[in-house]
Amino acid sequence: MTVFQLVVRNAGRHKLRTALTVLGLAIAVLAFAMLRTVVAAWYAGVEASQQNRLVTRNAVSLAFPLPLAYRDRIAQVPGVTEVSYANWFGGVYIDEKNFFAQFAVDTPTWFRLYSEYHVPPDQMETFQEERNAAIVGEKLAQRYGWHLGDTVRLRGTFFPGDWDFVIRGLYTTTLKSADNTQFFFHWERLDQFVRQTLPDTAGNVGFYAFTIDRSREPADVSRAVDALFANSLAETLTETEREFQLGFVSMTEAILMAIQVISFLIVGLILIVLANTMAMAARERVTEYAVLKTVGFSPGRIARLIMGESLVIAAAGGVVGVITVFPLVGVFAAAVGSFFPVFELSPVTVAAAVALDLSAAIAAAAMPAWVVARTTIADGLRRVG
Amino acid sequence: MAIPVQYSLRNLWTRRLTTAMTAVGMALVVFVFAAVLMLAYGLERTLVSTGKSDNVLVVRRSATSEVQSFLAREQTRTIATSQEIAAGSDGSPLAGAETLSIINLPKRGSGKPSNVSIRGASPQAALLRPQVKLVEGRMWRPGASEVIVARAVASRFQGAGLGETIRFALRDWTVVGIFDAGGSAFDSEIWVDADQMMQAFRRTVFSSVLLRLRDPAEFDALKARLESDPRLTVDVRREADYYGAQSEVMANFIRVLGLLVTVIFSLGAMVGAMITMYAAVANRTTEIGTLRALGFPRRAIWTAFLVEALALSAVGGFLGILAASGLQFVSISAVNFATFTEIAFRFILSPIIAVQSLTFALLMGVVGGVLPAVRASRLHIVEALRTP
Repeated sequence: MTVFQLVVRNAGRHKLRTALTVLGLAIAVLAFAMLRTVVAAWYAGVEASQQNRLVTRNAVSLAFPLPLAYRDRIAQVPGVTEVSYANWFGGVYIDEKNFFAQFAVDTPTWFRLYSEYHVPPDQMETFQEERNAAIVGEKLAQRYGWHLGDTVRLRGTFFPGDWDFVIRGLYTTTLKSADNTQFFFHWERLDQFVRQTLPDTAGNVGFYAFTIDRSREPADVSRAVDALFANSLAETLTETEREFQLGFVSMTEAILMAIQVISFLIVGLILIVLANTMAMAARERVTEYAVLKTVGFSPGRIARLIMGESLVIAAAGGVVGVITVFPLVGVFAAAVGSFFPVFELSPVTVAAAVALDLSAAIAAAAMPAWVVARTTIADGLRRVG
Repeated sequence: MAIPVQYSLRNLWTRRLTTAMTAVGMALVVFVFAAVLMLAYGLERTLVSTGKSDNVLVVRRSATSEVQSFLAREQTRTIATSQEIAAGSDGSPLAGAETLSIINLPKRGSGKPSNVSIRGASPQAALLRPQVKLVEGRMWRPGASEVIVARAVASRFQGAGLGETIRFALRDWTVVGIFDAGGSAFDSEIWVDADQMMQAFRRTVFSSVLLRLRDPAEFDALKARLESDPRLTVDVRREADYYGAQSEVMANFIRVLGLLVTVIFSLGAMVGAMITMYAAVANRTTEIGTLRALGFPRRAIWTAFLVEALALSAVGGFLGILAASGLQFVSISAVNFATFTEIAFRFILSPIIAVQSLTFALLMGVVGGVLPAVRASRLHIVEALRTP
């Protein structure tokens, strides 16, 4: 019998206990991977951002707009290659629960700037020609069963009234972390509405996005842009897209922290369940280990036997956990789609879960292995258990 | 005849290490369970306690929060002259037009910017909200660039302390007072004179009108009249309902995500309890045989082991609740999705949450202990006694 066989047989001696431990570990691995995926989903916007894309907003806060006149002045800043702009629409589709991002964007600059959103050229053309057309993410269209040519009605919150849009384009994304649940329509349409209802606030832009020459330092360009508008009625704040997205993440930091704490508590639970099983196994086998020592097994070898058993159980739990996590992430992604536009299980997360599972195995075996290795043969044989 | 409870408890004590590990595992789960409920409850309490039931908030139709709402000055006058409004001590109606907006301020310590609500308050603002009390400094002087801030904001944001200045809208605003809003949402706001704010931001419109009813029963009449007035396009809501609705999205999100995690997590702890209880049965096979031989019925054995599992989970439950109660000293902030600004709140442990957590722990104990207990009660006397 090889050492490995001995280890496996030992693990299989208490079938029920081993099965339960494997189950416990699988659940923990599953929960850990899920939580890390939630955290990753939180940062998806940051991940998808590009270093040479900058965002300019009103320095007071995003709730305040910027004049349309800023577009040409930003475009003149050295290093700026293309400027686009957008307004947050914040409409409601049927019910407030159906949340997704809607932007009134300047076309065609917007889609040139966000080159990771792909719209088929013919769809883009029809979109350009129609005033009430919209381009939506493929995932969003799937979620609500929309097709090209369908009319979608949104109820405006900032801009009151019912807004009908005809879907003329579906965009796909090349980047995995890019959000393809957004809704875009013509900025001109929004502006016309504002011109009729609140003429004072017409010609206002929510924020500008622009790309810069890759040879330029983003920090220099953003300082140059902000300097243009310093001491004006609408001072600006320019950040890289990454910083802009991080700003949103930091507002929900507390919840993010809680999730991270819980994910580490789960590792603690893995350790406890496994350590308990290993301690029980070692306690039952004190006499047996003494016999092994008598026939010439070194203390180190016995310690390795225990360690091996712990690793085998942990590996089994890890495998079961990893196999089940994929379908579960799929189900969860469908359930929380409006909260997390991007919900993908990354290989790094899976690897981290398995690595923690195996490290827990080593830690759990350490104590019993140490005790057994130190127990003398005579004490071991004398023990009645 | 029943086996004394002492027997079960002593058994747990004999295998202290295993008992402790299992109990700590359960305590972790109960801790998370309680923390999730406390968080959601704390948020709800903060927002619900913000609104008074005899106060009415008027915003533009279909605006989901004050931030999205715009009311012209004439419209606010029309609303503020409604006959249903209560009169203040000086006889003037208790109603005020306000402006709510968002400014971005860096946090103390990290320097990271975050959104804070800024309220352009009417002269009646504090009368309408008796929970808001000035605790330090003084009120702003009319016409001066002065603000008062909530205590939580003063400690959280740079430049918001008493005597410091905040810069926005091309002006430096001096913080002249700190107020306490008794744990309501106003504890996350900065207040400034409405006229000053409108001037500074070149705003021509208000956000909302808050008014006190002279008789709460007149709400329906007021609502019907204002909502059908052709000069206005407004939604009329009780203040309490307005803030209650704001907490819904976030509190539900915390609950759904949190409880989902806890349920998965609790399966792990139940498995741990099951392992421990099965081992307890296996270790004591001879003992169980002896008890049966002495005449204890199967039912008594089953009960004894279930009591053991329950005691184990009760220990875990108490440890978990104890740890969670320590969270009450932690104040956290999260984003209020309705206004997109920060809101500060606390974990609150209510008796109901404590009972729920303990029940949850005992439930884990029952699920983990019932199968091992059944196995113990099914052992045959002769075979049990024969095992070495």
